[in-house]
Amino acid sequence: MTTRSDLVFLIALPLFSSALLLLLGKIANKWGHLFATVISASTFGIGLYEFFAMRSRSGDARAATQHLFEWISVGTFKVDASLLLDQLSICFVLLITGVGTLIHIYSIAYMSHDLDRRRFFAYLNLFVAAMLLLVLGDSYLNLYVGWEGVGLASYLLIGFWNQKPAYAVAAKKAFVANRVGDVGLSLAIMIAFTQFGSVTFAGVKSGAASASPAALTAIGAMLLLAAAGKSAQFPLQSWLGDAMAGPTPVSALIHAATMVTAGVYLITRSNFIFDASATARLLVVIVGAITLLFGAIVGTAKDDIKKALAASTMSQIGYMILATGLGPVGYAFAIMHLLTHGFFKASMFLGAGSVMHGMNDEVNMRRYGALGRVMPITAITFGLGYLAIIGVPPFAGFYSKDKIIETAFNAGGSKGILLGGAALLGAAITAFYMTRVFVLTFMGSKRWDDQAHPHESPSLMWIPMVLLSVGSVASGFLLSKGSALVHWLAPVVNASDSEGGVELMKPIVVSALALGVVVLGVMTAIIKYGRSVPVEAPEGSLLTRFARRDLGQDDLNHRLLVLPGQAITRTLVSTDYGFIDGIVRAVGWTLGYISTSLKKIQNGYVRSYALLMTLGAIALLATIWLVTL
Amino acid sequence: MFTSPHLNYGLLAPILIILAGALVGVGVEAFVRKTLRATVQLWVALATVLVAVVDLFIVRNQRSTTIAIDSVTFDGATVFMQGTILVLAFFALLLISDRGSFVAQASAIPGSQDEVSADLEGKSQTEVFPLTLFAISGMMLFPAATDLITLFVALEILSLPLYLMAGLSRRRRLLSQEAALKYFLLGAYSSAFFLFGGAFLYGYSGSLSLNGIAAAVAASAGNDIFLLLGIIFLMVGLLFKIGAAPFHSWTPDVYQGAPTPITGFMAACTKVAAVGAMARIFYVALSADLVQWRPIITVISIITMLLGAIAAMTTRDVKRTLAFSSIAHAGFLLIGIVALNQSGLKATLFYLVAYGFATLGAFSVVTLVRDSAGEVTDMNRWVGLGKKSPLIAGAFCLFLLSFGGIPLTSGFIAKFSIFTAAYEGGNTTIVVFGVLTSAIALFFYLRVIVLLFFTEPKSDAVSVSIPSPKVSFVLAASAIVTIVLGVYPSILLNTAQSFATFLR
Repeated sequence: MTTRSDLVFLIALPLFSSALLLLLGKIANKWGHLFATVISASTFGIGLYEFFAMRSRSGDARAATQHLFEWISVGTFKVDASLLLDQLSICFVLLITGVGTLIHIYSIAYMSHDLDRRRFFAYLNLFVAAMLLLVLGDSYLNLYVGWEGVGLASYLLIGFWNQKPAYAVAAKKAFVANRVGDVGLSLAIMIAFTQFGSVTFAGVKSGAASASPAALTAIGAMLLLAAAGKSAQFPLQSWLGDAMAGPTPVSALIHAATMVTAGVYLITRSNFIFDASATARLLVVIVGAITLLFGAIVGTAKDDIKKALAASTMSQIGYMILATGLGPVGYAFAIMHLLTHGFFKASMFLGAGSVMHGMNDEVNMRRYGALGRVMPITAITFGLGYLAIIGVPPFAGFYSKDKIIETAFNAGGSKGILLGGAALLGAAITAFYMTRVFVLTFMGSKRWDDQAHPHESPSLMWIPMVLLSVGSVASGFLLSKGSALVHWLAPVVNASDSEGGVELMKPIVVSALALGVVVLGVMTAIIKYGRSVPVEAPEGSLLTRFARRDLGQDDLNHRLLVLPGQAITRTLVSTDYGFIDGIVRAVGWTLGYISTSLKKIQNGYVRSYALLMTLGAIALLATIWLVTL
Repeated sequence: MFTSPHLNYGLLAPILIILAGALVGVGVEAFVRKTLRATVQLWVALATVLVAVVDLFIVRNQRSTTIAIDSVTFDGATVFMQGTILVLAFFALLLISDRGSFVAQASAIPGSQDEVSADLEGKSQTEVFPLTLFAISGMMLFPAATDLITLFVALEILSLPLYLMAGLSRRRRLLSQEAALKYFLLGAYSSAFFLFGGAFLYGYSGSLSLNGIAAAVAASAGNDIFLLLGIIFLMVGLLFKIGAAPFHSWTPDVYQGAPTPITGFMAACTKVAAVGAMARIFYVALSADLVQWRPIITVISIITMLLGAIAAMTTRDVKRTLAFSSIAHAGFLLIGIVALNQSGLKATLFYLVAYGFATLGAFSVVTLVRDSAGEVTDMNRWVGLGKKSPLIAGAFCLFLLSFGGIPLTSGFIAKFSIFTAAYEGGNTTIVVFGVLTSAIALFFYLRVIVLLFFTEPKSDAVSVSIPSPKVSFVLAASAIVTIVLGVYPSILLNTAQSFATFLR
């Protein structure tokens, strides 16, 4: 362990900037966005500096800590506010600050017409601060603060245009769904505390070695619940589609590249829990497999470009979650996919934002078409991201996704075949719906009316897109070259060099299979959408309609949770009103009755008052006489 | 051979200054032009009180049991209570001097031609200032007196001016005069009890001084029946003054009838003086006999708290409700006497300050809520006041919350410390009842807040007259004290702690 003293600036700078912009108000309108961007860029600078400093150290000295202050001290229970920057957190720090800075730059142009741009940037900086705290905290409790902080920032940004009721509702939905997950996290922390008496990662890790399997499974399940809430995994995924109500840069940064991957971070960080509990791992892979298919299927039916991308995010995070459940070797692949996904998904979201920017905020892909000619840069950067996500070599997604599919097949037995099959099927569907998005948007015939004047976006917008697409091209190769990331992360996740498990198929066979299904998916989409596309969505098959309705998740939630919840509320209210209030009212009524009766004594006649005094004196005498008798 | 008694003028000075100011005031009535009189009287009175405060501050650390033979004691409790009375009186004088609460000519028959012409001539009843000063002098002597005769004299000095002043209201004069007469008759009746009790105690102990009585009680030298009768009758006289049940009946009528500034003065300052005197008598003279009187005071305290809180619930008149509230507070203050320990005395002292300021503040709001015919005290017409005058209504709510004992107001700390003291003394029952009563009392206070802020105003709603600088000052000072003592109580609690002693 190395002790560093500059880690705190990673969090303090954006937090300070956010507070400053919010407190100064209109005064900061002119320069607020620039200030926030510079702050974000400087955190990236610190992140880079720390990264190279870490690389120059070796072995155990790579991980660095900084003790800030004693946060809670109750009896023997102590929690310090301390930061931990190790090989895992530095990946996130670079992703958050790097992609974050690009998106700050992009937003300067994207939000230039918004009167509230300063507030937007204040929230963005708040998000960066909270997210960095999340990945830098050295205990579950510190992480929890960041966890809630990003939830807050996400809520504020989804509802940024809260003058539209639907957007405010979307923000609320995200907030509530996240609360369910947060309950999981707080329960996990509580169980860990009762079991190990500590909430630091190190303390829980050493406690987990000798803990009961039941406790570990319980903690694992609760952590998974937390991850499902934050990362939009089944069954808490329903909020992510609605979260697209936020400005597009927000969707790119928070709801694609960084915040939604916090669940993956949480599980990877808690590897010592999951490594020790096969049941918890099983739950994780089930959730991951279901979500990756779920998101992919929903993605095929969406006509709203952002919602299609959101479904895709859900599905890709499903891949990551699946990978984290596959044991020590999976963690590194999950993080690798997380990083590549951060690049290509952010690039595509920014591309979608660029398209919307040129199309008067139209989001319906059926009204796009042939935009590649008028927006060449957007089309190319988006296209690179598209090739990356469907897993075409040598783009980034190929390296990361392929490894996950391979590892899934190697899980062994029927489990391996099922998981591998699901991942492979997911890859096919991904190829289908992403091709659909790309073709509907950039190719085919023009379906926009004459009022729209699509045009390429300003350079402040396309430069970040270009930089991100460079990442979606090269990051996969760089990270997997010589198993660079696997080795880098090995000290944190205890992965050994051997990939373990039973090798079901040779890696080359898996790659060939994957490529095969991808080609199949692409072909199907081109045949279906390459020619003519109706501007109005056709009614579609039962499955299409079902997929459009997010596979009925909202209806299910409504029936399963909302309606019973409302029924319980109604019962409680009527009990409260009839019974509890009844008691209160009865007491009040009785006292009121006594009060009215008392007034009769207060009749205004001096003689009565004097009599009362006399009687009072006699009563006192009688009492004392009785007492002393 | 008669030797002149030795008087310690230095320590008697605060009282003597007030008396001197009162005499100057009488002179002003005789010699100063009618048009100038009101102004001169106010300045004389305010200056007198200020000088007395300064003098008291200078001698605050001196202690003596023999400043007037052994009839007056100058100890920590005396300083604290005299100081409290003076400060409260200062603010009360500002309220009293505000326009239009007093009748032009008290001697005119209500509704007569005399009254109308006196009003038209612009006469004003400026005697109220010297009367107030006389009352203050009695109030200062009352908690300092250590023999029964001096106690009685002080009681009368403070009471007689109040009887008069209660009848001086400009509006609703018949009600006011009726209140004055009632107060006088019942006050005389209670004084008789007090004297009677004093006589019995003298018969028991052969001494008039509290220390002499204490010695006799400790030695059980004398006829126990005389002691009991003495305690009971003395108690009746004192309980009457602080307005405890069942000797409280005068309170609502007098509070309602008296001019509002006088009600505020009476409610705040008389309570301090009477509670102070009562505490001294029971702490100094009778503490050895607590087995017999403590249960009685406990029961009276409980009855008083309950009665005040419950009766306030259905009362419609603001001044009457504040009267019932003050009755309930008399009950809470008795807890401090039951406690019979140093922290009980400390809590009582703190409570008196907190209660005194909240009371003055509340009554100063009452003077502001008016229609064309003067003050409106019918609560139904206060509906929705919070929307029209949020600041004034908010201040009123603050005082009510303090009465109710809500945290962050002085009332909470006051109640909390008095309960704590009683609990330390082992009097659990009274604490339980105290807490329960606080809950009941909250009903009334919150009802008023709902009325003020959460009910739609009616068409005949009243307006709040713009407060004069004097009333604003009183209001602001009361509000600040109420909040500061609630947020940062230790500034006064520590002072009360160091002054909470009775010299024997």
